[in-house]
Amino acid sequence: MNVETPKYQTSDEVDFVIVGSGAAGGILAKELGGHGFRVVVLEQGPYLTESDFVHDEIKVLNEDLLTNHPEIQPTTFRKTPADAAKEQRALVYGRLVGGTSVHFTANFWRFHEIDFIERSKVGPIPGANLSDWPITYSDLEPYYTKVEWEIGVSGLAGASPFDPPRSRPYPMPPLPVKSSGVIFERAARKLGWNPFPAPMAILSQPREGRSACVNCGFCLAFGCEVGAKSSSLATAVRMAERTGKVEIRPNSYVHRIEIDDRGRVTGALYFDSRRATHFQKAKAVILSANGAETPRLLLLSASKQFPDGLANSSGYVGKNLMLNSSAISMGVFDEPLNDYKGFAVSRVLHDFYELDHEKVGFYGGGGLDARFDITPIGLAMGSLPPGTPRWGRDFKSALRNNFTRSMEIFGHGTSLPVEDNSFSLDSEIKDAWGLPALRMTYRDHPDDIKLATWLGARSQELLDAAGARQKWLFPIAEQEFAVHLLGTCRMGNDPKTSVINIDHRSHDVKNLFLCDGSSLVTSGRGQPTMTIEALAFRAADRITALAKKGELSAA
Amino acid sequence: MLQQSPISGKAALCKSRQIDALDSRFILDALVRKAYSPGCSPCSSYPCDTPSLGENMPFDRRRFLFASGAGLGAAWFSANWSLALAAGKHARQAAASAVPPKFEFFTAAQATEIAAICARIIPSDDSPGATEAGAVYFTDRMLCTVAARQQSIFREGLPAFQEDFLAMFPAAGKFSAASVEQQDQFLHSIADEGVKPRRPNRPGNPGDPSFFEALRAATIAAFLIDPESEYAANRTGVGWQLIGRDPAHSFHSPFGFYDRDYPGWSPPSSSGKAK
Repeated sequence: MNVETPKYQTSDEVDFVIVGSGAAGGILAKELGGHGFRVVVLEQGPYLTESDFVHDEIKVLNEDLLTNHPEIQPTTFRKTPADAAKEQRALVYGRLVGGTSVHFTANFWRFHEIDFIERSKVGPIPGANLSDWPITYSDLEPYYTKVEWEIGVSGLAGASPFDPPRSRPYPMPPLPVKSSGVIFERAARKLGWNPFPAPMAILSQPREGRSACVNCGFCLAFGCEVGAKSSSLATAVRMAERTGKVEIRPNSYVHRIEIDDRGRVTGALYFDSRRATHFQKAKAVILSANGAETPRLLLLSASKQFPDGLANSSGYVGKNLMLNSSAISMGVFDEPLNDYKGFAVSRVLHDFYELDHEKVGFYGGGGLDARFDITPIGLAMGSLPPGTPRWGRDFKSALRNNFTRSMEIFGHGTSLPVEDNSFSLDSEIKDAWGLPALRMTYRDHPDDIKLATWLGARSQELLDAAGARQKWLFPIAEQEFAVHLLGTCRMGNDPKTSVINIDHRSHDVKNLFLCDGSSLVTSGRGQPTMTIEALAFRAADRITALAKKGELSAA
Repeated sequence: MLQQSPISGKAALCKSRQIDALDSRFILDALVRKAYSPGCSPCSSYPCDTPSLGENMPFDRRRFLFASGAGLGAAWFSANWSLALAAGKHARQAAASAVPPKFEFFTAAQATEIAAICARIIPSDDSPGATEAGAVYFTDRMLCTVAARQQSIFREGLPAFQEDFLAMFPAAGKFSAASVEQQDQFLHSIADEGVKPRRPNRPGNPGDPSFFEALRAATIAAFLIDPESEYAANRTGVGWQLIGRDPAHSFHSPFGFYDRDYPGWSPPSSSGKAK
């Protein structure tokens, strides 16, 4: 049962180096290892496991126990290329084995057919770079099913009338409903909408040695102590190790991909935890470092052959960044919901997935979910009703009343790809290793703001129908902080307007593959991880086929 | 500068010993004992090689878990085995946390003032407040550790705060010696704004907070942090008692009032609204 995991020498030319062990990297490692390839996964963060995870809000949220750290990894932000970038925290991602999937909410929506063909359907949109995908929903469907069964997703097939076709039901029933879910479901039905049990990458039943969710209540932003959240750490990374072919090498910060004279990548240069440099040789390299670090690494790997960044002949590396638009309402009810118990989301609706843009006056679509993902300290710091005194007796009574009686309605929606929205290298600020920091340039397309406002209005309507005693909407403003990191090395058939082809192979370098949020052509409706994982399963099949045809060996 | 988790190396050593599936209470019991063995560092990522020494850890939580596990049946319990490890770690951290013997950052006189301000932010009335939660000890400790960069805010902010207070109430001498009415009147004069909604799970405003805002944040954290975390704050769980947060780390449905009588999901009677 226990398979010895290999330790490869850096001078060993392994079959694949995968940079990043998150949602995509974990699955690629598992699949490629399963096919017998020798794989080294280089992960910049530490290898923590379930027993290292704590419910300590200070360590996790303030000290970035699980996430990129602004002191060693500073970032800068500007709204447009014409603005000067200023140093500010611009993004968060999981910086540990398992990546962002360790701390995510685990809302697991498939993309729908429309997400892949929307450009054809809605036509050009001024100020946006909207494109169809070179693949369709039906190409990905088998891989969505694979994610649900192999990684573990709870849900109820057929419960949403808007669901895209599926070849198999979910492997597990939905998680139990929360009070927020019941309130949401009843109010939505009053309004004629179609709420359904949320598909979640959290186990509702024990499965393959993993625990079912114990409803501890520290879910979003925290690592799961019982392995019930289907993170890459709890699933694909362990499966990859069990193949006996995959070495997960933590604390390994890749900062350059090298190429030879023939324009083929030869391996990855990385710092270990003592900041010593190593070079891991490989026949092929796969970047799954996320939608910010993958383009950054390509830009850091500029060379004589690729002066604008590796695999960047299109100039599209880092561009067309999409964050997803969103709106959050809070409602307070008369009786305790105790929604702090359990995972975040138990009910969802997709009635607004595909809005008639002629009718509403903007492009976009989205979904609503019922949730509570706010910690005790988080509630006290910013989630009490507007105008509540911030100290003293009345502050204390608001804490007493509201923690158990509050819920959120979260609207998730599209972002349009805008060419200027991007990750690039900052020209001044350096990280703790002396490398150029990430610079984010982002300004929501006006339609994204209109959509968020529209979804916010629906969530307020829903709280009215639910009889909330108090309700408010968090202000909707242009985003300056990224959680979803999408579209920055998009997939396409045309090497002039995309970075990778349908095999996730870079157009410019035959043995370099990119697979993570950067591959997405459109943003979906706010829940990208399911699609990133389906793409990773599919990419593994395509890459395996290429390798078996001998296309990756030195030619 | 370069941050490295002290845990990662050990976790890596232990990880190859993962247990795929546990279906025996006996194995679980052995695991728990191993994980709690004195001398076994918080690595404890699944069984490690530290010899099992056994039974000198009287953790109430652990007993609770064993009791509830037995009550719910072995299937549930074995399915949730690692919870016992995790929760026990919490308990151990709590047991190891003693009240700090003295202040490290504040002088005794400063601590008295800080404690007096904390006591107005979350007052003790019909229920415990910041004082009982140990807010001043927590703040002191944070300033020597994770919040060290805020030291100057406190070093400069407290005297300025006192000065402004004395300008309003010259006869009071110092904030801590004033009446509650005077204290509150002064705080209203510097911090009378109500809550502005701030999106959850997003970073706060960049830049340093004012002295009062920094102390308010520390007081809230001291009151509402998981009482089993290592800070000796939210002592005896007073903050969580106030807000109604059950200190357990495992719950079963139904969770609240509205899902109590939920009949189960069924399609809407007039479904088929899909376009």
